[in-house]
Formats: sequence, C-alpha cells, structure tokens
Amino acid sequence: MAVRKLYGALDCPSTIRALASLLEHDVEFELIPVDLQAGELKKMSSLSPFGELPVFQEGDLTIFESRTIMRYISHEYGKRGEEQVYEIPKLQGIAAAWIDVEDHQFDPPASKLIWELVFKPQKGLPTDEGVVEEEEAKLVKVLDVYEERLSNSVFLGGDKFTSADLTHIPSLYLLMKTPVKRLFEERPRVRAWYRSVTSRPGWEKMVEMVEKVRA
Amino acid sequence: MATPVKVYGPPMSTAVSRVLACLLEKDVNFQLIPVDMSKGEHKKPDYLKIQPFGQVPSFQDESISLFESRAICRYVSEKYANQGNKRLYGTNPLEKASIEQWLEAEGQSFNPPSSALVFQLAFAPRMKLKQDLGVIKQSEEKLAKVLDVYEQRLGESRFLAGDEFTLADLSHLPNTQYLVSVTEKGEMFTKRKNVGRWWSEISGRDSWKKVVALQKAPPPKSA
Repeated sequence: MAVRKLYGALDCPSTIRALASLLEHDVEFELIPVDLQAGELKKMSSLSPFGELPVFQEGDLTIFESRTIMRYISHEYGKRGEEQVYEIPKLQGIAAAWIDVEDHQFDPPASKLIWELVFKPQKGLPTDEGVVEEEEAKLVKVLDVYEERLSNSVFLGGDKFTSADLTHIPSLYLLMKTPVKRLFEERPRVRAWYRSVTSRPGWEKMVEMVEKVRA
Repeated sequence: MATPVKVYGPPMSTAVSRVLACLLEKDVNFQLIPVDMSKGEHKKPDYLKIQPFGQVPSFQDESISLFESRAICRYVSEKYANQGNKRLYGTNPLEKASIEQWLEAEGQSFNPPSSALVFQLAFAPRMKLKQDLGVIKQSEEKLAKVLDVYEQRLGESRFLAGDEFTLADLSHLPNTQYLVSVTEKGEMFTKRKNVGRWWSEISGRDSWKKVVALQKAPPPKSA
C-alpha cells in the first residue's frame, strides 16, 4: 500500500482543511510538520512550486492546494454509505458549487477576521476594529444567504454532509473562539449547521491533533 | 437534439467566458441570456433566485441551476464526459488530481492578481473609474511570481496538468485574453518562453476563438 504523507503546519487553516478531510475519511497517513518560521518550506520547493502548505503525497502522486487534497480524498476514499460526494452529476454539481462559495464568498471576510482576531493577537499586533466591523458586515451577508440555503437543504451541498460543509472547518475552528461566533449563533439554521459540523467525530480528532501540538 | 443549456451573463465577463469555453470544448449547445448589469438586473429578486450572491454567470440545464464558473465547468465536463473533448477533465483519478491541482492554483494564485489587473487596466477606464496605481504595482509583482512558477512547470510539461489541454489551462484563458490583447501587461506572458508558447497554443484553440468572437459581437438590444 502506498505510504501517505501530509506536509503541513497545524496552525495554518489550509493544513487544517486537508487534515479534516483525511480524518473524516479514516485515511491512514503520516503528518510531517513543516516549520515555516525555520524556513523549512524552502527545502520543499520541488513538492510545492508556490511555496505553500499543505502538500499531500501518496506513492507517486504529489498534490498541493488544500481544496485539491480535499476533493481527491473525498472522491477516492468515500466511506460506504457516508460518501462526502455524490455520484449523480446533478447533485455533485450543486455540492461542488458550494465548495466554491466557501472559497469566493465566505473565506475572504472570514480569513480577514481570523487575521485580526486570532493571528494578530498571537503575534502581539493590535486588532483593527474598523476592519473587524467591515468584514463582519460582509460575513453577515454571506451568512444570510447560508440561512436561506439551509431552509431548502439539510447541509450546504445537499441532503448529506459533503466537502461543501467540510471546507468550512478551518474557519469554524478559528472563528468560534472569537466574538464572531455570535453571528453564527444568531441565525437558527446556521447555528444548527455549524453545531452539527463541529460535533462530528472527524472534528474531534482534528481538534485533538491541532491542540496537542500547542500544548 | 438536447435542449440548449442556458448561460446567464455578458460574454465580456471573464467568469462567463470561462463557462462558454468549456461548453464549446464539450460540444454542448447553449443559449446565452443577457443580464444587463448596468441596470442592476443581477441584483433583482428573479436573478437572485438562481444566483443568491448576485453575480454572473449562472447556468441552467434540464436538471439544475448552478453558479460559480469553475463548478459549472466541472459539472459540464462530468455530465458530458462522453462528448466533445473527452480529456478535458481527465480519464482517471491521477489525471484528475493533477487537473484539480492546477485549477485550484488558477483560482487561488493566478486569479487574484490577474483579475485585479484586468479590472484596473481594462475595465476601470471604460467605466470611467480612477485606477489605483498601488494595486496595479502589487498585482503585477504577485502575477510575475506566479508566472515564474508556470514558466518552470511549462518547461517540464506541455500543458499545466500534463500533456493534454485540460480545464486547468482553460480556466486561465479569460483573464489572460484581456491582459494580452487590451493592456500592456501582455509581455508578462509573451516574454516568458514556455508561458508564451503555452498561451499561443491554448488561445489558438477553435473553442477560444469562438468565445472571443462572442465577446466582440455587439451586445443585444435591451427590451
């Protein structure tokens, strides 16, 4: 069996995305931490042409971009009866569209809020409250669309948990420790959705791995 | 013959043209339905029902309504796997993984700086908006770094994902077309040997030439 490796940094949202997908699918792999501060990424330039993490290796296959790793894992390693993709093109088309919604609509304000409220304090930098207010206003518009979507659909991508939901895990993990949590709590369907995502066994395993490193 | 699929949005939109290129590669008949963005049609309730974020393109066939141009391309490539360009989205998991990787690279690394430049240099003047020189400079620097990676990659491989033209290459056509034909940043592509060769090949495809012709056609008269 081909050995699987995930090169990543556990405080990095994109590593968390790939990690979550692997853990959700019970895929065996070795996590190889890459210390960005120590400049270890430069040694990996053959694996990661853009100099980014994470990178996934399985035998001869090497792939970068966390959403690519997530898509690959979900298509290759679906657990029977719990696949996070659909076979029928019409249903998979919709689920795949909501993966891109996270990328293009949710992630821009979410990642700016994570920068201001999680990473800057960690680095001893002051939070810009003006940016927080602006980006929260943008995130609210997205969450309003999610609230509407979830009135027609059990999960974002369809009637079951798919990569469209999983792809939000890094941001959910980081934002739920900040006041931004209230924006999710204020919307009943969004609240039920994020609580469902964050009570999955895969989530628990991810949190355990990420927080063990910090301890 | 199957009912034509519907694509909503102006062909001059980079995201709309991405979908059109894919439909043409797959020999899928389509109907292009205008959305007058200058009149805010894309923000009206009827449109928001198919695209809740009020953007173009959106897409309908007899099965579904869909949005997000790359998701539409993936859907079209899967649904019509057996017609048109059958290698567009790969024929096995390894090919697909490579295509997905470079499609993500386009979305994550290439698109942000290139679309900022397209907006600043091609659209802002037409819309009589002031250009932001700082954004132009920063975007050019970022894009140069991305194109350096592509130059290396395209020295090892004929197309981004491998030896065949795929969705990964197609996804780059819209922004690059504007940069090469309408701005003076085209040199960023043509002066890099491998990138220049690649651009020539992908933009010379019949499907892309048809999209460019659609972009140049006069807009339909409003009702």
